[in-house]
Amino acid sequence: MNQGLLDFSVGGTVPLQGKYQGSSFFELLQLEQPHLLPDLSGWSESATDKVPHGTTVLAMRFRDGVLVAGDRLATAGHSVASRDVVKVFETDPYSVMAISGAAGPCIEMAHILSVELEHYEKIEGESLGLEGKANKLSQMIRANLPAAMQGLAVVPLFAGYDTRRKTGRLWKFDITGGRYEELEFDATGSGGLYARESLKHSWDQQLGRDDAVRASVSALTAAADEDRATGGVDLERGIYPVIKICTVDGQTDASEEEIAACYRNILEARAAGGNL
Amino acid sequence: MSMPFYVSPEQVMADKAEFARKGISRGKSIVAIEHQNGILMMAENSTTLSKLGEIYDRIAFAGVGKFSEFDQLRKVGVRFADTTGYQFSREDVRGRALANAFSQVMGEVFTREIKPLEIEIIVAEVGDDRYDDHKKNLLYRVKYDGFISDHPGYCVIGGNVEDVEAVLKNDYNDGMPAGEAASLARRALNAGAEHSSELDAKSLEVCLLDRNLTGRKFCRLSTEEVQGMLNA
Repeated sequence: MNQGLLDFSVGGTVPLQGKYQGSSFFELLQLEQPHLLPDLSGWSESATDKVPHGTTVLAMRFRDGVLVAGDRLATAGHSVASRDVVKVFETDPYSVMAISGAAGPCIEMAHILSVELEHYEKIEGESLGLEGKANKLSQMIRANLPAAMQGLAVVPLFAGYDTRRKTGRLWKFDITGGRYEELEFDATGSGGLYARESLKHSWDQQLGRDDAVRASVSALTAAADEDRATGGVDLERGIYPVIKICTVDGQTDASEEEIAACYRNILEARAAGGNL
Repeated sequence: MSMPFYVSPEQVMADKAEFARKGISRGKSIVAIEHQNGILMMAENSTTLSKLGEIYDRIAFAGVGKFSEFDQLRKVGVRFADTTGYQFSREDVRGRALANAFSQVMGEVFTREIKPLEIEIIVAEVGDDRYDDHKKNLLYRVKYDGFISDHPGYCVIGGNVEDVEAVLKNDYNDGMPAGEAASLARRALNAGAEHSSELDAKSLEVCLLDRNLTGRKFCRLSTEEVQGMLNA
């Protein structure tokens, strides 16, 4: 156990005063337990092909909220590193983060963000607003800049349901922590371009939940078709993309059966000569 | 050179304890009680300053006495728990370790500082059926001097402890339904209250640790939910 955290100034005027008094878990670690934070500043760019990279993730707004989807493949250089990695994470009951780029630091960042949001809620007695959560993530990406410059970029998508504005919202980021709100949809990673192309045709703000799931499966299938590093749907092994949906009622996952059904429809249309 | 007066250590400790006890007994009581699905905590508190709080997945906190002091201790507990959980795993954050750490801090302040902490706290941990050694609910009480004790069934801090405990001792049964436990807790708080009118839902702060929830087991009840529970 970590006795260091319970230090308080004995003999000082105010007992129980640790060094850090704020409500951010990330800052608490930076100040009091820096050895627990990932430090990748010694990373060499030549080794970048040796660590797993996540490939395609996408996010879109729809009528009732926002949907985030990611395939399951991770690659290291030209090899498959993992076929069933998860790249879409629940960061709290109303928000989701999807990652592409170097998987290790990305997954760690999602982990820290989820602890951060819970920590803030417990210390302050209420949750951060959705915009506040996105802002927090952008500060964490900025702190990763030295590693990003050496090839370990973390470029997530962040999306959630804004309970104050009563709408789904999504943001994309760049490696410097730049934060850009998207009003329609976005996709990143190696197959992101193809996924965006697909969504350009199928997306509409008025899509219902089921149509949004269908559009996201089509987009991931299109990305897997054009980009060898994107996994898409793997019916043989039973590996399906992760699709998370945030609405006013919180978060739900699209079931594997539903995703499989969408994919079979695409295959049937293809077999019938459709251009899908 | 002037010589300081000699005061025996016994006298110093007794004076400090007297001072802390006075501060704590001025406040209102808090009851933590086990029930069928976990643990219920109830405080007489109609303000927005919470006396009950969430620490981690299965751990909750209650404090009486000086608000600024126990709230600070609660935050220290959240930092401690979140760091442990981040460093190891969520299952590795345990109530006993946390209660011990609180006891260390409070004991240190009691011996070293001129003014002891005028607080008493409860650390409650709800059991988890998935693990053999986590099945039991645990209730720890830590006093102003760091004295720690565990209390199977129910635990009372602050205010008129004897009167509140007497009601619980008489009527508590293992495995009561949550609604019955809530009614009993209110009856117990009533017995310790200075005024004779019955406490209503608006003047109660109630939190549950519900073992049937997934993930975080802590939940705070709204006034309507408290009312519903007491009516059931």
